[in-house]
Amino acid sequence: MGTGLEVAVLAVMWTAVTAYALLGGADFGAGIWDLLAGGRDRGAPRRALIEHSVGPVWEANHVWLIFVLVLLWTAFPAGFAAISSTLYIPLTLIALGMIARGSAFAFRKAIDQPWARRLFGAAFAFSSLVTPWFLGAAGGAVAAGRVPPGLARGDVLTSWLNPVSAVTGSFAVAACAFLAACYLTLDARRSGDDGLTAWFGRRAVASGLVVGACSAAGLAVLHGGAPLLYGRLTGRALPLVLTAVAGGLASLLLARLAARPDGGRRAARPDRGRPAGRAGGTRLAAVALRLTGAGAVAAALWAWGAAQYPYLLLPGLTVHAGAAPAAALTATLTCAAVGGALVIPALAWLLVLFQRSPGSARD
Amino acid sequence: MIVSALAGPLASGTTALTAAGGAADPVVARSQMGFSLGWHIVVACLGVGMPALVLFAEWRGQRTGDPSWQLLARRWARVMGVLFAVGAVSGTILSFEMGVLWSGLMDNYGAVIGLPFAIEGFAFFIEAIFLGIYLYGWDRLPPRAHLLAGVPIVIAGIASAFFVVSANAWMNAPRGYTVRHGRVVGVDPWAAIFNPATGPETTHMILSAFMVTGFAVASVYAVAMLRGRRDRYHRLGLLLPLTFAAAITPVQIVVGDWAARFIGADQPVKLAAAEGLARTTGHAPIEIGGIFAGGRLHGALTIPDGLSLLLRLNPAARVTGLNSVPPADRPVVPIVHLAFDTMVGIGFALLALGAWLAWSWWRRRDVPRSRWFLRAVAVSGVAAVTAMEAGWIVTEVGRQPWIVYHVLRVADAVNPAPGLAAGALPVIAVYAALTVATVYVLRRMARGAPVPAAPQEADVRQHSVI
Repeated sequence: MGTGLEVAVLAVMWTAVTAYALLGGADFGAGIWDLLAGGRDRGAPRRALIEHSVGPVWEANHVWLIFVLVLLWTAFPAGFAAISSTLYIPLTLIALGMIARGSAFAFRKAIDQPWARRLFGAAFAFSSLVTPWFLGAAGGAVAAGRVPPGLARGDVLTSWLNPVSAVTGSFAVAACAFLAACYLTLDARRSGDDGLTAWFGRRAVASGLVVGACSAAGLAVLHGGAPLLYGRLTGRALPLVLTAVAGGLASLLLARLAARPDGGRRAARPDRGRPAGRAGGTRLAAVALRLTGAGAVAAALWAWGAAQYPYLLLPGLTVHAGAAPAAALTATLTCAAVGGALVIPALAWLLVLFQRSPGSARD
Repeated sequence: MIVSALAGPLASGTTALTAAGGAADPVVARSQMGFSLGWHIVVACLGVGMPALVLFAEWRGQRTGDPSWQLLARRWARVMGVLFAVGAVSGTILSFEMGVLWSGLMDNYGAVIGLPFAIEGFAFFIEAIFLGIYLYGWDRLPPRAHLLAGVPIVIAGIASAFFVVSANAWMNAPRGYTVRHGRVVGVDPWAAIFNPATGPETTHMILSAFMVTGFAVASVYAVAMLRGRRDRYHRLGLLLPLTFAAAITPVQIVVGDWAARFIGADQPVKLAAAEGLARTTGHAPIEIGGIFAGGRLHGALTIPDGLSLLLRLNPAARVTGLNSVPPADRPVVPIVHLAFDTMVGIGFALLALGAWLAWSWWRRRDVPRSRWFLRAVAVSGVAAVTAMEAGWIVTEVGRQPWIVYHVLRVADAVNPAPGLAAGALPVIAVYAALTVATVYVLRRMARGAPVPAAPQEADVRQHSVI
């Protein structure tokens, strides 16, 4: 199996894919809930919470995708060329969706006229719904073995317009919405608003059920459309599949617990007759919900990775055969190690800083 | 938009797509790439240059307590936040286009030029993280910590520009790989990054990013001052960026000379196209303006021996002309020559503008009183952007028909998928909408509404300094 360098780069790349799915995916999901938040007045507090949660972090979360693309073309140039030439239509639409989403989100924040805010809000929300579908469909095309090695050797339409891609695209949309609902339930809990917490908690349950349905449908279409991958998912990747299922079921339970009212943040609980510790319990459930939700999606992604390995493109190109020369892989790993040492502490600071409520350091 | 883009190909099917778009069309692919790159580069320049301006203004505001500096810092930070978001997403499509349009390039050479992009990815991470902290942490961090949180944005912005442009420099001076049977089998990524063109090209680009930022921001305040708003806030808003850009301009002209000499040695046909030099000759003149047709330049202003002197410091030195390569290997000369003259001409005009400011400041410690000065500053932003775009046209069109100089032709690099040309239409439509929206939002933001205390948080109290 060669030097093992390509496996190391693949592991880094798949970690970045996971980070993008868990962080960037949740930002897409937040846009989906912005779309479904209801009328202007009723939806206002929900949209405010979404904007507050997504605003500081979405650009950093978005960089994971660029990092994935760059790793793919540096370490596996043949894979990148095959994927991007055959799948140029969904990839172009993904890029356009990202332009619409990111710029509309920034514009909405910068402007005060109601009509313009609503227009940019609609563009943000709609592209948040559509873009992950194309991302999932492109992933499904690769998973189903419809992207052969070489330049544009696959069909530019049926490679990603087929039952497998339809299901993986829907799975991606549902998973984004599910992640966002899981994360926002805790944000809503922190804001101390019971109604808001219950709203997002209920949506975590509903979208979690949709994710489960998509997963079951996905296994069914893979059985017919990608037998090799199906065999691996129910074979060596089964522990990861079961982990994902367990994470999903736990999330459904925790979302129900987290959505219970706790009578307001830090309210005097005993004299209102509520059981002591209830608030702490719902808050703990909301924290755990974040972990189980993210864990379920991460396990599903790694199940796909484990099932597809050692193929970069099923069934024609292995990770080893598609890898760049060793010097490029070594340079990439060095860059990832040094870059990671710089970026990860900074990223942790960013994510923690905006989990705290606004401080009083500056008047 | 997305729906209609989809409905077309779905209804017509693959064969119709092939007939309509034609397979492997390098002209359309080049146009789409040039369009999206040319759009992104304007925002990217402001993304590289603005953090330095914002930090300087915030630092002065903290030191002096001057409300004008504080207001400038806050308003510029808001604009920077919007531009950074637009730059982040308009840069993302370029990553996709590297494969979607140029899969023939990436298939073989992706491993060679991947490393600078990977490093740029980390630099962009640092930028995005600290920009989030800087913009949203305005009321969460102590003043000094907040100022320091902005420093990584400046450094990472310059680093991003360096590494991305080094990848373009590699296309001009490819190094760091070995080929066997037409496939890349060995890579030295560091030699690829630090290829001979990287020095002049990255320096020229980073300085032009600062010039574009300085003149563009100053031009906004020049327009306001022409409308009679001459208070301290507007004067500082004009002076700081203008001084910054004017100080860089003479350095940029020296660096531009370095870049031209490098091209003269490394890509003589590109320089011959830029100068409109048809034949290899001694005593080569500099020819300004004119129209290149029928294989020679008509009606140009000629400086005898100028080019020989400029490149070799010797009036008799031989300079390589277009006739050194067959016609099929020459770029489109009229475009390259016009773009080159535009860039150089604007560069010297901006130098003169800076000299005017320096003269007035030396004599009277004030900006020139003439309205013509403000008018000149008002157009300097557009002029600087035009010069920067013209410079990229010289670099990119001047390299044709090669995508990697003397290694890979554009026609061999383009994605052969059917219907690729049709894909350019939705891209252009989205960019048209993005342009309108960006200009509209920036114009709204330039109005005198109160600015929130933390630039990105609408829910904190309004901070009206003036």
